[in-house]
Amino acid sequence: MGKRTIVPFGPQHPVLPEPIHLDLALEDETVIEAIPSIGFVHRGLEKLVEKKDFQEYTYVAERICGICSFMHGMGYCMAVENIMSLTVPDRAEFLRTIWAELSRIHSHLLWLGLLADSIGFESLFMHCWRMREQILDLFDMTTGGRVIFSVCKIGGVRKDIDEEKLKRIVDVLNNIEDELRSLTSVFLEEQSIKGRLSGVGVLSQADAFGLGAVGPMARASGIVTDTRTLGYSAYPHVKFNIITAQEGDCFARTKVRIEEIFEAISIIRQCAALIPSDTLIAEPVKGLPKGEYFARLEQPRGEVIYYVKANGTKFLDRMRVRTPTFANLPALLQTLKGSELADVPVLVLTIDPCISCTER
Amino acid sequence: MFSMVKTVLLSMFKRPSTVSYPQKAKINDPLVRGQVTIAIEACIFCGICGRKCPTNAIEISKAEAFWQIERFNCIQCGCCAEVCPKKCLAMSSELTGASAEQRKDKYSRA
Repeated sequence: MGKRTIVPFGPQHPVLPEPIHLDLALEDETVIEAIPSIGFVHRGLEKLVEKKDFQEYTYVAERICGICSFMHGMGYCMAVENIMSLTVPDRAEFLRTIWAELSRIHSHLLWLGLLADSIGFESLFMHCWRMREQILDLFDMTTGGRVIFSVCKIGGVRKDIDEEKLKRIVDVLNNIEDELRSLTSVFLEEQSIKGRLSGVGVLSQADAFGLGAVGPMARASGIVTDTRTLGYSAYPHVKFNIITAQEGDCFARTKVRIEEIFEAISIIRQCAALIPSDTLIAEPVKGLPKGEYFARLEQPRGEVIYYVKANGTKFLDRMRVRTPTFANLPALLQTLKGSELADVPVLVLTIDPCISCTER
Repeated sequence: MFSMVKTVLLSMFKRPSTVSYPQKAKINDPLVRGQVTIAIEACIFCGICGRKCPTNAIEISKAEAFWQIERFNCIQCGCCAEVCPKKCLAMSSELTGASAEQRKDKYSRA
């Protein structure tokens, strides 16, 4: 038996963009247990729902997280719309889908960059983020914000995308697709990356299922799960594949995310072709919500669940978010067991942690 | 090996992907939500923008006829401009410059 030590990891660590603390119990260089502690960026956004008008709260919901901000606003709006039996206009549904998929591309490119950075491949990191910048410019052009869009509202969306801008989006995506192909060959064929990621942090299919992993984490372990297939928003109108891999290691998770970018590009292309040309983009909100609803949607990191309970006044009773990172934490702790200390930063990164979502 | 040489050569002759910001001004799309502007002559001091503001950055007094905004509390959501009944509030694409101090801008009808 080797020497046992406990190494504190985080909340401030060069590879972590957000604060999570792990106490790593080591035997020589091998992790035998990881004990997490979170709560460094708790902001009490769920409690705020009792103080803010339910329509204004959309702005707060968007600020739960900076990466999937649009989908947080969308999830909250979907829940309230269902309570109030509001039908969102078709064009608004397509616009929401376009923005949601653009968010997925930007989130996955950001993650690929961070992964390259965590294994010390600086130039690849720069290339990923350079490509991501083009997506952020598209957000700037269509919504008026780079990170927080404030375009989703209860009953529809605030801003429309005209024909010219839709064409521009498709053009930019065509460029990105070409560039991404060369980037894909680096990520999936380069020996140094393969050596660093293959066989590291294997999560078996049974573990992924038993520990309730969601999103790319579960799909990389061979579980076919995707909330988009439930058919919310404009997803029933478009065709897309659920990307899965069997290996369950860090390399498989990278592969799944890269291929999801291509799928997202294809979804946006279909949406741009199918979008109805009517002018109505928002249904007026009449009355106050009463009742409760669970809204589920697929964020870049996995399935997010929004629970909203309304009491018939303009302030909601309760709003609860189950974020994908929270669901993926038990799976992370499982993969950490038995891993090398040097692999811990990469492993923590491959679940695509979003701690500010988790703590709200 | 060949692809690496290609990338190096391309990178040598390509323009930088970034904007050399202070030397070259960044022109924002007119849609960009930079900061709130007010046409104070048209304002009726109804106070709806202040009540709807998610961060309570706006202060209004009907008696003293002023409209005041705390620039760094403002989150540029555009809510005030949307609810304004006289449409005297708008979002300009210019951003608020950095500052070490809080910046309160007070507009009053003289």
